[in-house]
Amino acid sequence: MAHEPRTQTHNDERFGPPPNPQGRRLSAQEEAQLPHIIAKPRARYAWAAGIAISAFLEGLKRGKILGRKCVGCGRVLVPPRMFCERCFRPTDEWVELPGTGVVETFSVSYIDTDANRVEEPILVGTIALDGAPPHCGFMHYFGEVSPEELHIGMPVEPVWKPEGERVGSILDIRYFRPRGR
Amino acid sequence: MIPKSDLRKPRRDVAVVGAGMTVFARRLQETGKEMAWEAAKQALDQAGLTLDDVDAVIVGTAPDAFDGVHKKGEWLLDGAGGSGKPFMRVFTGGGTAVMTPIVGWWHVASGLFDTVLVVNEEKMSSVRPHAQSAFAHIWDPILDRPLKPNLVWIFAMEMQRYMWTYNVRYEDIALVAVKNKRNAVGHPCAQLADPDITLEDVLNSEPLALPVRRLDISPPSDGAAAVVLTREEIAYELTDAPVFIEGVGWCIDTTMWTNRDLAFPKFVARAAKMAYDMAGIKDPRKEIDIAEPYDPFDYKELQHLEALGLAEPGEAAILTREGKTQRDGELPVCPSGGLLGVGNPIAATLGIKIGELYWQLSRQAGPRQVKKDARTGVAQAWGDLMQFSSVVVMRRR
Repeated sequence: MAHEPRTQTHNDERFGPPPNPQGRRLSAQEEAQLPHIIAKPRARYAWAAGIAISAFLEGLKRGKILGRKCVGCGRVLVPPRMFCERCFRPTDEWVELPGTGVVETFSVSYIDTDANRVEEPILVGTIALDGAPPHCGFMHYFGEVSPEELHIGMPVEPVWKPEGERVGSILDIRYFRPRGR
Repeated sequence: MIPKSDLRKPRRDVAVVGAGMTVFARRLQETGKEMAWEAAKQALDQAGLTLDDVDAVIVGTAPDAFDGVHKKGEWLLDGAGGSGKPFMRVFTGGGTAVMTPIVGWWHVASGLFDTVLVVNEEKMSSVRPHAQSAFAHIWDPILDRPLKPNLVWIFAMEMQRYMWTYNVRYEDIALVAVKNKRNAVGHPCAQLADPDITLEDVLNSEPLALPVRRLDISPPSDGAAAVVLTREEIAYELTDAPVFIEGVGWCIDTTMWTNRDLAFPKFVARAAKMAYDMAGIKDPRKEIDIAEPYDPFDYKELQHLEALGLAEPGEAAILTREGKTQRDGELPVCPSGGLLGVGNPIAATLGIKIGELYWQLSRQAGPRQVKKDARTGVAQAWGDLMQFSSVVVMRRR
């Protein structure tokens, strides 16, 4: 016999027809018809940056991108870790990277963090940093570049906030721009 | 050195003897528990069993943040039939869909239990303003979150890297969305089935985070699915057509996603190798008849086919363009309609991966039945911070 999943709830007259079978957003009026509770859980967190990333953030404040070298595999880890997850041993020394790199990948985003539409696209991607192993770096914005110009392999450099405005955050870098612009 | 145990020799053979799922949609009327009950009861009915026959229950469900309640597994317990029994909740992100049947499998294969009920549930519509608001909590709080990311970004970046590395055209990727949304027309639980969708519809759909457009993505959804697993002897008492779980595998890569080449998911290939070795599959291209890879985005189906060894890197797009992955093609891929067509209530996609393989391989898939006589299939799920994969090989003997 063919598989015929029951759609009992949708045919059950006690509930009426499904108000929203296609997944569109319910109108306030439709939602009001269904018994439900609105809740706003109150929770706040203090996330530790950790030993490695605290030093990394301190470096950003000074306008420097720091990595952590593992002599076991020879990799310079960026973002830095105090242990190498491959060799499973402590990493050995801090290394200052030049800060330049190439676009590893990118997106031209028309949505923000809550899936709201934005008019001006957000240019975001990951940077493969010079001095780090292939494909290694972090995520950041791109600026001073059009969506059409932006491409994988494009050489880029960081644009820093003025020294007095840097607080030890990934946002101490405003964005990455095409090198030499 | 102590020799490693032989993965290919679990103690007992395990079969799927029933499956069930609810309609995938935005379901504000029901609680997760009510949906879990609907799916669990269907699966037991199809197996011809009652809850008394079940020795243990496994529940799969994604982040507590979707519901705003803790101990979500326990919250679903009664609907899943777990009260008064050995019970555990499993969560491996999107990979949960195929991970819970693996956990169920080892409960039976180990000899600990005879019959296990596996129930996966997801309700994504509770969180406001959008499921994205909960997904945002997946990002690293120190380095990623200050950039105010949207989860779609990460897939856009992965897709971009995939296209660039293997020279894959967007037009070919979009054909996956067309195929799966059309396949879903035969699925009674489908949310986004569209018999008339064209390539132009996908290419012209709203840009989200380019290269990703609206119709490249599966929709958030609410739903539940369930399967019943039992040992070989009981399976043959219940049915002439049990479908056996022949191989299982899973693997996770580092959470440092900006330290990986995103073009090829090595962890999927490793999970597949584990499952193929256990199933005795040497050449998946020749031995796999049908595939249900995880397709939350159209490019993911292609990337996963390649990592599952069913195409060379970059070749899956060509197979798609040539029609080989259609329901009547050489290698039917996502004949269910997949996440793109049926919907993506994360853990509950169990029903369109393991459930679909069970119905297809036992020839109960009705209007969705593939043309060829498929005996061996592979199902795969994928998730966490694009780093985890679970793989199951199933066979009708």
